[in-house]
Amino acid sequence: MNTSSQAMAGSHVGSDAVTPGDISLVRRLYWSVTRELWENRSIYLAPLAAAGVFLVGFLFGLGGLPARVRAAMALAPLQQHHTIEQPFFFVGLVLMLTEVLVAVFYCVDALYGERRDRSILFWKSVPVSDALSVLAKASIPILVLPLIAFVLTTVAQFVMLVVSSAVLAGSGLDSAMVWTHVPLVQTSFINLTHLVLVHGLWYAPLYGWLLLVSAWAKRVPFLWAVLPPAAIGVVEKLAFNTSYVGTMLGDRLGGLSGDAPSGDGMNMVMLATPLTQFLTAPGLWIGLALTAVFLYGAVRLRRVRGVI
Amino acid sequence: MACIEARGLRKTYGSTVALDRVDLEVEDGRILGLIGPNGAGKTTALNAFVGLTSYEGQLHVLGRNPWSERDRLMRDVCFIADVAVLPRWIRVSQLLDYVAGVHPRFDRSKATAALAKTGIALNQRVRQLSKGMVTQLHLAIVMAIDARLLILDEPTLGLDLLSRKAFYDSLLTDYLERSRTVVVATHQVEEVQHILTDLMFIDRGRIVFNRRMDDVEALYREVLVHPDAIGTARSLNPIYERQAVGRSVLLFEGVDPQQLAALGDVRTPSVADLFVAIMSRRGAQPQGAVQ
Repeated sequence: MNTSSQAMAGSHVGSDAVTPGDISLVRRLYWSVTRELWENRSIYLAPLAAAGVFLVGFLFGLGGLPARVRAAMALAPLQQHHTIEQPFFFVGLVLMLTEVLVAVFYCVDALYGERRDRSILFWKSVPVSDALSVLAKASIPILVLPLIAFVLTTVAQFVMLVVSSAVLAGSGLDSAMVWTHVPLVQTSFINLTHLVLVHGLWYAPLYGWLLLVSAWAKRVPFLWAVLPPAAIGVVEKLAFNTSYVGTMLGDRLGGLSGDAPSGDGMNMVMLATPLTQFLTAPGLWIGLALTAVFLYGAVRLRRVRGVI
Repeated sequence: MACIEARGLRKTYGSTVALDRVDLEVEDGRILGLIGPNGAGKTTALNAFVGLTSYEGQLHVLGRNPWSERDRLMRDVCFIADVAVLPRWIRVSQLLDYVAGVHPRFDRSKATAALAKTGIALNQRVRQLSKGMVTQLHLAIVMAIDARLLILDEPTLGLDLLSRKAFYDSLLTDYLERSRTVVVATHQVEEVQHILTDLMFIDRGRIVFNRRMDDVEALYREVLVHPDAIGTARSLNPIYERQAVGRSVLLFEGVDPQQLAALGDVRTPSVADLFVAIMSRRGAQPQGAVQ
């Protein structure tokens, strides 16, 4: 009889207070992000394919590497550095470009596709709030994709370094040379900060806007995302002959303008983001505030908008 | 406390009134059939219960406001919509992983056991499954969730006879195992009528009929009237009259069975016949009651 009264008391507490099998927010967020990766395999497949294609091209060009290095040795140290560094810089660039493209297409469809295929009725039938769903979706372009690009870039650069030094050693050249011109740890750090700060935080309002439109549009979300800002820019130009809107969007897309050293062409240093300058830029905080507003709007819309 | 409690529930889409100040109460442990013609407001009502649509008026489901507390409510409520809503790209195993990951009351082993009885393999994607299998899959998941309220909107739409039968059989088995409240909206009245405890007809956004099945059986009688008793029968104010195999079938409400037995063969009307009777009476109301 003791056990039964204890069991009753236990079940009473269980149903009254927090349910025993309660699932933490982190776990629900984890599964919400995981399911995005299941649905949108391009999040990792596209960067993987881009890295693969680049590596294949790089391997085919390896035959000419000793000759290029010999020619470069005749150049000034800076140009020599650029020549050797270039492919390592390019692989990063290719992955960043891929990552941004995937992020844009992902965002445009993220809250539109689930309404079109009616699966939103299923997603809403589980105990996951609209806010958590939108947060999980926003984390893909802002956090997950930059990190995937970072990991793949680092792996690709490492493979390229190993293969390059082997080829150079095979032709009697100094194999350590590539490692000094492309210090992997420093390069990775520059790459990581650039991806997280610029591609994650600086671009966040762009992704927030795309998610908002994706939650709102009944048709062609991509056009709704792109045309109104473009139209405002055109009207501004025609009416006032100014281009503040265009400049503003250009600055946002171009990262933090003005801090890129000019004259050296494209290189790794260009990507280095001075942290204090970045964190104190008002543009960053205005952008993040705007992101919050857009995402809040997306949450509200997801609640209200039904299937299309 | 009632499981679902609505006061003046109203929903409009532009000038269309989908729900017209509905008052209703569903007690714990009932199986309620919500029957109505197309566009009557069934789906709107069910969507309001699970927080998928906004509304005017008061609505409490398991003591919660569905619109503002949908995610909390969904721990205790399961919902199958009238369209196939399982994402087509997902694998069965992923679906189980996901629900187990976000739902505190999901028993994965129970779902796996139910799926083992079907032809559904864990590595299949939803898009590879037939319509009937997708419904079976959804039902296997819903039944593995220890929810207090189950809301089903035309759950067997587009399924073949065998799948429909299997669906309602497992629904009933599950219901008998543990008591929970079920609200099911459907057109296929004859398939659900034997499992219902409560019956509700909805038409043009209003509840036009709301009774327990016990009361329905006690109150309504259908009489296959002898041709010579037809005059007497009609004088007893039948609520509906139809012709079947050359004889008149009259439906009575609250008339003494002894009295009816003299008129012909008395039986309990099917829900479908009752539905037709109630609906046609409503439809003819402006011109006066049907004889």
